[in-house]
Amino acid sequence: MSKVKVPRKSTRIDMTAMSDVTVLLLTFFMLTSTFVKKEPIQVQTPASVSEIKIPDTDILQILIDPSGKVFMSLDKQKDMVDVLSAVGSEYGIAFSTKELSKFKTLPTFGTDINAMKTFLSYEPAKQDKVLKDLGIPTDSTDNQFKVWVKNARIANPKLRIAIKADSKTPYSVIKNVMNSLRDLKENRYNLITALKEDK
Amino acid sequence: MAEIQSNDGGGKKKGGKVKQKKINIFVDFTPMVDMNMLLITFFMLCTSLSKPQTMEIVMPTNKKDVKEEEQSQVKESLAITLLLDKDNKVYYYPGKPDYVNYNSLKDLTYNPKDENSIRSLLLMRNKDVVEKINLLKLEKLNLKISQDTFAARSFRIKNGKQTPVVIIKPTDKATYKNLVDALDEMQICNIGKYVIDSITPGDEFLIKNKETKGVYALGKAN
Repeated sequence: MSKVKVPRKSTRIDMTAMSDVTVLLLTFFMLTSTFVKKEPIQVQTPASVSEIKIPDTDILQILIDPSGKVFMSLDKQKDMVDVLSAVGSEYGIAFSTKELSKFKTLPTFGTDINAMKTFLSYEPAKQDKVLKDLGIPTDSTDNQFKVWVKNARIANPKLRIAIKADSKTPYSVIKNVMNSLRDLKENRYNLITALKEDK
Repeated sequence: MAEIQSNDGGGKKKGGKVKQKKINIFVDFTPMVDMNMLLITFFMLCTSLSKPQTMEIVMPTNKKDVKEEEQSQVKESLAITLLLDKDNKVYYYPGKPDYVNYNSLKDLTYNPKDENSIRSLLLMRNKDVVEKINLLKLEKLNLKISQDTFAARSFRIKNGKQTPVVIIKPTDKATYKNLVDALDEMQICNIGKYVIDSITPGDEFLIKNKETKGVYALGKAN
């Protein structure tokens, strides 16, 4: 009697090729993509056929949500510090170095300057929670938005202004922002839009 | 692949026979793949590949800063005023507004497939420019002219003397999307001269009059 020989096969799979592929993919993603900035509100930008890409640096982004709350973000930490101290001094508020260093790491800011000190004392998690209900005052009696933009321009003259607004925002809100910019003689700015699929 | 065969020289044994001892070193790459996959997932979720598009606009300076004689006058026959109203409604009137006849304000739509869309109106009014630009585009496509000359020449065509001037007046209830759509149409229809202006009480009157088919004006008159 002869035994039927069952060939023993190794169940080991060679993962080297797989590893090669994943590393390649990883490199691709690391090189081509940019990090998403944390924004306090979700904004659905309207679509347009415009194909101009937004530059990477020297951008002052103005974020407008449908209810008219205005937030701002700057891409350079040095500008952030300069702007906050300049705006603070205009309103007679002095910020400590600790507060300034806390401020410069914020991805987006948008609070009443008088409430800025309390806002900066919060934990990051609480800041995120609170920020979406705040916003820079833009009404004509106390137009802090104007002060922010003016000082941002002084801090970095190369700055380009980009407006990112939700498509459902009423025009009255946009008009308010645009008029504030107009008063500052900021006549050239970009509107951030999504790409339209059909032409 | 990940296997390394090592010959460890072989020791001499009695009788002069050389026995080779084989040791297989197999490196397991599975954890490496796990880690890479994790990193890829992280990058895919936390980054964006595409940069957002932008639309560049230049607004006129404040009216109070500009003297009367510096203000440019628009030829009546070339002016088109678009009124953007709530609920995605658009109206337009050519030239000067006619406050008496409510039918002078015409309906338009944003949808380019409609017969009375902004696009069809503007393409018709801007026919000469569109034709010239298309010819120019063809030349560029055939590599007869460079990008720079194309930009310069199309700018000259778009800003010619006889091109229409579009005045966009959004009401407070129009949405941001309406404004962007209207600006978009300017780009598609090669309108070189357009301006965003604030709405006047006269324009609001026109819209109300149109909505009520003239009843509003009668009420005002009485």
